[in-house]
Amino acid sequence: MPMRSRPLSPFLHYRWQYTNTLSILHRVTGVGLSVAFVFLVYLIAAVARGPQAFARAATLSAHPLVRGLLALMAITFAYHMCNGVRHLLWDAGLGLERSQARRSAWIVVLATLILGATVATIMLLHRGGAA
Amino acid sequence: MIGDPAFGQPSDCGPARHGVGGWWTQRLTALVLVPLVIWSATSALRLRAFDQPSLAAWMRAPWNALALIALVLICAAHSYLGLRVIVEDYVHALSWRLAGVALLQSVHWALAAVAVFAILHVALGGGAA
Repeated sequence: MPMRSRPLSPFLHYRWQYTNTLSILHRVTGVGLSVAFVFLVYLIAAVARGPQAFARAATLSAHPLVRGLLALMAITFAYHMCNGVRHLLWDAGLGLERSQARRSAWIVVLATLILGATVATIMLLHRGGAA
Repeated sequence: MIGDPAFGQPSDCGPARHGVGGWWTQRLTALVLVPLVIWSATSALRLRAFDQPSLAAWMRAPWNALALIALVLICAAHSYLGLRVIVEDYVHALSWRLAGVALLQSVHWALAAVAVFAILHVALGGGAA
């Protein structure tokens, strides 16, 4: 069968439910964190380049949009870490029953909201006074 | 087939031809990143100010510098492996897939090199006013 006429499994026939929602969120948050990693390297390089270069990086970091994105990254990281631990437990053969997977999904969502919101709040309060 | 000595040694290592090595490294780096990122985040949030002198002073402490180097290297590896899986899943043409993976690899090596060089520069006394 030619490549183009093959069925595009699993992209087209999956029902939208919590399993594939959490799974695609893991990828989306992972990509977001990769972008955040670039920003981290930029900040580290700015420290090495000296006070003037760092002052420019600090001005950029203090922009409301960047501050918002950085706070969002706390929630993004919280999700990727919690769900990542869930994946690691699955890889170890734990929690694979449907009821367990459903419970761990709820734990991930709640832990993300609590952990992410706490760190995001600390970041927004902390960075307000500095830099 | 089971019982055949060659059964445990697959000849085909999957569509990307790298076998399960990346899969393992992805999990190992994930495991190490949990404590490393929690440590870095709490350490950074405990700094009184986010200005260059205080950050440089923090980086000059040997254990901070070492841990930050480890964080950057493991982050780069984990990010590369994760993005590579995404490219391999969604880019079907082999030439584009290989080009994408090569690009990811170059970018992550460059990021890791810049970060490690910068941290060592500060840790060894550079980056002062």
